[in-house]
Amino acid sequence: MQETTTEIRFASPKRYIEESLIFKKSQLGEVGFLSGNEACAYGALAAGLSFYAGYPITPSTEIAEILSYRMPALGRVFIQMEDEIASMGAIIGASLTGRKSMTATSGPGFSLMQENLGYACIAEVPCVVVNVQRGGPSTGSPTSPAQGDLMQARWGTHGDHPIIALYPASVQEAFELTMVAFNLAEKYRTPVVFLMDEVIGHMREKVVFPKEGQIPVLERRKPPKGLERFQPFAEDGGLVPPMAAFGEGYRYHVTGLHHDPAGYPTLRPDEINRWFERVFAKIEQNLDEILLYREEDLEDAETVVVSCGITARSARAAARSARARGQKVGTLTLQTIWPFPEKVLRQLGSRVRRILVPELNRGQLILEIQRCVRNPEVEIRGINRLDGGVITPAQILEKLEERSWPGNSH
Amino acid sequence: MARKLPLIHRYLRKDKKFPTVWCPGCGIGVVLGSLIRAIHNSGLSKDDVVLVSGIGCTGRMPVYVDFNTLHTTHGRALTFASGVRLANPKLKVITVMGDGDAIAIGGNHFIHACRRNIEITAIVVNNFIYGMTGGQFSPTTPTGDISATSPFGNIAQSVDICELARDCGASYVARSTIYHVNEMEKQIARAVTTSGFSVVEVLSTCYSRYGKLNQKGSPREMFRALKDQTVPIAKADGDGRISRGVFIDRAEAAYSDTYQTIVAKAREHDGGEPLPLLNPTRPGGTP
Repeated sequence: MQETTTEIRFASPKRYIEESLIFKKSQLGEVGFLSGNEACAYGALAAGLSFYAGYPITPSTEIAEILSYRMPALGRVFIQMEDEIASMGAIIGASLTGRKSMTATSGPGFSLMQENLGYACIAEVPCVVVNVQRGGPSTGSPTSPAQGDLMQARWGTHGDHPIIALYPASVQEAFELTMVAFNLAEKYRTPVVFLMDEVIGHMREKVVFPKEGQIPVLERRKPPKGLERFQPFAEDGGLVPPMAAFGEGYRYHVTGLHHDPAGYPTLRPDEINRWFERVFAKIEQNLDEILLYREEDLEDAETVVVSCGITARSARAAARSARARGQKVGTLTLQTIWPFPEKVLRQLGSRVRRILVPELNRGQLILEIQRCVRNPEVEIRGINRLDGGVITPAQILEKLEERSWPGNSH
Repeated sequence: MARKLPLIHRYLRKDKKFPTVWCPGCGIGVVLGSLIRAIHNSGLSKDDVVLVSGIGCTGRMPVYVDFNTLHTTHGRALTFASGVRLANPKLKVITVMGDGDAIAIGGNHFIHACRRNIEITAIVVNNFIYGMTGGQFSPTTPTGDISATSPFGNIAQSVDICELARDCGASYVARSTIYHVNEMEKQIARAVTTSGFSVVEVLSTCYSRYGKLNQKGSPREMFRALKDQTVPIAKADGDGRISRGVFIDRAEAAYSDTYQTIVAKAREHDGGEPLPLLNPTRPGGTP
């Protein structure tokens, strides 16, 4: 049978849609079987994504492919830019016109995005930056899982700045947390980094789509119309200034320089200080809402496995096995990785004896845990893997049962 | 009798502290004046104009004028501008960039904006030097010229911005100078009403860096040199003078217009109902 041009052009994305799901209103609350990258793309659409700019890179590319197919039909914008620097610039520009914006990439592209990610931080522009992590540094292992970008997500762009980074441990969470990422970005006027593991991005799992209203969709706060004078970065009625869209009548200035409440460049120490205080406070004063994590069997736990992403899946399996063998083991899975849940870890450190931190890097998460847990009685150990494989439940179980742990010798 | 203020005062920000950052003898203010008059004469509403810049002396232009203004990162003005234009096609998006900003660090974005023929006007103020950082050579610094980082002379070739823009697919490409204010103004006015990607290169002066390093004389002499060392395209005879005028003015399909045909095609192919927002709520709810 002869194919039409249109069918050829849409061949690849069409496959994704047909094999997984055609996401329509009627399917909300229903079940799908899809990959984490697909879940992220659909979660973004469900959250109101209306501008996507990106550059192809493994292992994130399916997100762009799906959106190149879905976005035009929804009257939303998809553009493939010349590189990741441009992609990041484009989503910031689009967000300033009022659109919910996103890009998706992996390690090398995430490195290129750091420049304009910093711009989104200083200009407080809501956007979502997906990083489906792969092995690094540099080109590294493009098709292998790694969790080496945790610190880059926090400190990748220069200068002090707050950031929010979310981290799904399942395809279900990839869908739901993508929606949350947009909500947090819009509500707090901040870029949100969405860290996925290659395994989460490419693994297929059952997803129960949230019912309508189950996960609310937030819109950014706008200034009231007809103000005599609009100060785009003033603390009027809260730490998060309302955001006017370009073209709606409030003509204001946006810059990557330190700026005063009117948006104009400033070198005044008091204004620069006030800006830092405000942007950190808007995150730090809302940790109850921003910090997401999942606890399992912590009530009586003497040992806790703390992890994120795909490693958390192995951790939970290992913890259950250990418990079945009589060890009091629980798990803490971090869904919000930045800001770091310092208080949660500090409290945990006051009541457990051992903390095990498996991660697909040389020890990034463990640094934060060592910083937060101030109880010298707690033994903190890591399991690290960097060779492109995942940490298995058996590896974690073996580590949990090592005789060298304090209290394990008997 | 009260003196009537020039037109540009209707476009300057009253709450912005003046004077400008620009040195005495700088040409950028002349370009800004022409840009304002061209926008005014084109009948554009201030609300619909978005002025986008990168980093450098030219990058400071937007802060002074009463439009939607966006001062971005070095070289990236066109990427932000592309996002703005695609996200809201009713906006008239104009970028102002210097030679280093547009062609060195932003060279790749410049090429691809031309190639897409996206509906943006790019004003490139070419003063042959990095002024703000203290006078280092740029991609347009003539071969042999002295700069803060070529104390023995610039050994690279300089690039012709207009040829680059034309070859990469821009709809409208023109060059003028700050000496030829009327000509520049006409070119900018035409550029902002062109549907595709339009480029106006304005040759300008950097007296305090480039001029001093290369013994180009007083600012007045540097202005005068822009007259003497340029020639209208029609009269160009290969004597080494730089051509001024319109290099190309063509009607080609522009990017965000064409995107609408993709929208139509996708809808026809898809046939699916638009994905609804899941229960939009008021701001301030729980994410």
